[in-house]
Amino acid sequence: MKKHFLIVLALFFGNYLLMAQDDLMKELEQSQDKDTEYAFQTFKGTRLVNGHTIETKNKGTLEFIFAHRFGPVNGGLYELFGLDDAYVRLGLDYGITDNLSVSIGRNSVDKTMDGYVKYKLLRQSKGARNFPLTITALGGTAYKTSPKKEDALPGFENVHRLAYVGQLLIARKITPSLSLQIMPSFVHRNAVNKSFENNDDIAIGAGGRIKLTKSVAFTSEYYYRLNVPDGNPYKNTLGFGIDIETGGHVFQIVMTNTRGLTERAFLTETEGDFGDGDIHFGFNVTRTFQLKRK
Amino acid sequence: MRKYVVLYLFILISGILNAQRYTSEKGHITFFSDATIEDIEAENTIVGSLFNATSGEVVYIIKIRDFVFDKALMREHFNEKYMESEKYPKATFQGRVVGFKPDIIGAQKVRAVGKLSMHGVVRDIDVPGSAENVNGKIHMKSKFIMKLEDYNIKIPTLVWQNIAEQIEVSVDFIYKPA
Repeated sequence: MKKHFLIVLALFFGNYLLMAQDDLMKELEQSQDKDTEYAFQTFKGTRLVNGHTIETKNKGTLEFIFAHRFGPVNGGLYELFGLDDAYVRLGLDYGITDNLSVSIGRNSVDKTMDGYVKYKLLRQSKGARNFPLTITALGGTAYKTSPKKEDALPGFENVHRLAYVGQLLIARKITPSLSLQIMPSFVHRNAVNKSFENNDDIAIGAGGRIKLTKSVAFTSEYYYRLNVPDGNPYKNTLGFGIDIETGGHVFQIVMTNTRGLTERAFLTETEGDFGDGDIHFGFNVTRTFQLKRK
Repeated sequence: MRKYVVLYLFILISGILNAQRYTSEKGHITFFSDATIEDIEAENTIVGSLFNATSGEVVYIIKIRDFVFDKALMREHFNEKYMESEKYPKATFQGRVVGFKPDIIGAQKVRAVGKLSMHGVVRDIDVPGSAENVNGKIHMKSKFIMKLEDYNIKIPTLVWQNIAEQIEVSVDFIYKPA
């Protein structure tokens, strides 16, 4: 009887000891739901070099983009290595939701007005929901305001000023410092010179970024045109950049063989040959404003 | 013998009941950084915690990504540059609440003593706070200062907004019996 009582007593204390040693942390971990971790900041900016990244602006965020390309460096000292010329795009991007952005801008090349709609279709995530890629769809229109109506050739209609772009931007943040992106792209121009141009052009782009430090990254971008007609004088676009992020600003210093900053201009009408030194220095500077607070 | 087994099971069950477990799924942790250009404030309202009132043991798991800021960009920078939340997704606290007597009515001064693990660094902390038993729910609060460099959090030299080297952390949990 006494022995049994001792066993119970031992069990009783053993029980309490077990309770005390019971790992509260493990219990808490197990009680929590497995959550979905979305990849964020796959790229620092909404532009890789000339073209777009998968990134859209967050809800209620307005970004002012000032992009600038100098003339080609092979202009030599006479052109101060391109610094005598400047091509500018002023733009605004706004996040309607975290996944939907709109953008407007004006590029001095062909005095072009442009507008874009960008929507994040799928987001790279792991955890409860696993998906390897972020996929963003982009649609845009560009309207050349040059030449003036009175200076235009006979038969030139306003509708000839229009061009359209459709892109699928597909990216993966492979590690926190390495992200890669491919960009199947389609450009339609209402008016072209049929002897050496297509109305519809297809290109595939590839690019990426490597973070050098927490605030500095190296980026590059190349677009390969798939249906180049015979006698077409234009080149594929290549660009390199360094992104420097400081608080609400991103500075991108770029080198590219194109001066245009709309897809029509840089995908289908790039004149420069990178290998021949038709390299334009330039920069994209962004400033972000939070219009709606959370 | 059988009655001892029954007695043992009874004690086992009462032991579990006696352990006075408390849980909080929506604990608030906020921090405030007083900087020259811009004050920065962030809030996490879904911090999970368990508290054992018998032993005083308490644990928290804080998901870094759940901190919400006034500006979306701040949240991105916080995760990407400061906390490196892809590498260190969680901060945890594991320790005990010292000086809490569940039966006393009214607010009591207590201390939380234990290990705070964040950004890959584990440190022993001892912070003051208060605890109050309100109709069977335990309300715990604490406010303390934390130095960024203690947790190896570096401020990039390029950042414009000077970020304060220490931040004020507020903790506010309401525990329900588990």
